[in-house]
Amino acid sequence: MKIKKTFIDPLVDNNPITRQVLGICSALAVTVKVEQALVMTLALTFVVTMSNTIISLLRNYISPSIRIIVQLTVISTLVSLIDIFLGAYMYDVSKSLSVFVSLIITNCIVMGRADGFAMQNGIKESFIDGLGNGLGYGGILIIVAAFRELLGFGTLLDFRILPESMNNGLMILAPGAFIILGLIIWAQRSITAVVEE
Amino acid sequence: MELLIHYLSIATKSIFIENILLAYFLGMCSFLAISKNVEASQGMGKAVIFVNAITVPVNWFIKKYLLDPGALVWINESFATVDLSFLRLLCFIATIAALVQFVEMFIDKFSPSLYNSLGIFLPLITVNCSILGSSVFMHERAYTLGESLVFGVSAGVGFYLAIVSMAAIRFKLRYSNIPDGLKGLGITMILTGLLSMAYLSFSGIQL
Repeated sequence: MKIKKTFIDPLVDNNPITRQVLGICSALAVTVKVEQALVMTLALTFVVTMSNTIISLLRNYISPSIRIIVQLTVISTLVSLIDIFLGAYMYDVSKSLSVFVSLIITNCIVMGRADGFAMQNGIKESFIDGLGNGLGYGGILIIVAAFRELLGFGTLLDFRILPESMNNGLMILAPGAFIILGLIIWAQRSITAVVEE
Repeated sequence: MELLIHYLSIATKSIFIENILLAYFLGMCSFLAISKNVEASQGMGKAVIFVNAITVPVNWFIKKYLLDPGALVWINESFATVDLSFLRLLCFIATIAALVQFVEMFIDKFSPSLYNSLGIFLPLITVNCSILGSSVFMHERAYTLGESLVFGVSAGVGFYLAIVSMAAIRFKLRYSNIPDGLKGLGITMILTGLLSMAYLSFSGIQL
């Protein structure tokens, strides 16, 4: 029961992006196309799940004063792995994601979950928590990307849906990302009835 | 003279046209959390300029003399084929974390007043993506030492401008009537969108 809650909670009610306000940078930057968002979701889910598991394994051996350095080392090793892997097998996507795969290191979701959850909980819970948070983050990412790709390029996963004449260049640029994410946050918070003071 | 113009063009580009926050979305987490308060935003902005001005050039040295293919030749000729560039992220983030710690101790000792105004923001900066982002951009765009110093400072200035103007807008926002679900994060995102649209108008400038 508790495991199920750990998994479901970050998907909707306690979503890392809309509720905890973590990991916004990459949520905006890699959402020009759905394909990018999917790859980013997989990369982040891998990193957060693995780092949660590893930190949780090590949690009894890490002294509190050096925990940040240890966490950063674990996370940046995982991110380097993903970066090299994408460069080798998905070269085009890795080029279009540019620095944002590297910046998973400083993505607050990963650090936040490692420090806030994995340091206090067992391996199984930490694994599930990582998975839930990665997917909760990915869900929002894919929704934003779907809107931006549909309105900006008229396509979804490169499959044409709207005619080219309806393309709206603003959606591809930075302001489109900010405004769409703002509206999605509004929608999500109206549904879950969260009010921020 | 030409060099000066070149540096000026990099500075204008990274402050206005390619603002690290409004065009590349780096440092959004601290931007959203801290822009509630004008004074705190100023502190954070200054701390980012300060740390960026140090970490980008230092990471340039690390890259040049440690990480690039064949960079270790200065130790021994036989290292000419060694390529440590897979350690790039690890080295950059370790340098940043160590430098931030060092800078914190240093200004605590030598300038208590500066420490009081920057103090609490320095630890937060290690995980501010704009710092690591600047270093990674420095690598991707293959800047020289001078260029990376100029880029580091002006990326910080861009962040400072964005966060302070946002804090000023949010200060005004306290007295406006906003739908419940949009309060806080939602309206901030939309306003950031408008702010970034304003910065887009700089993109026609050619230097």
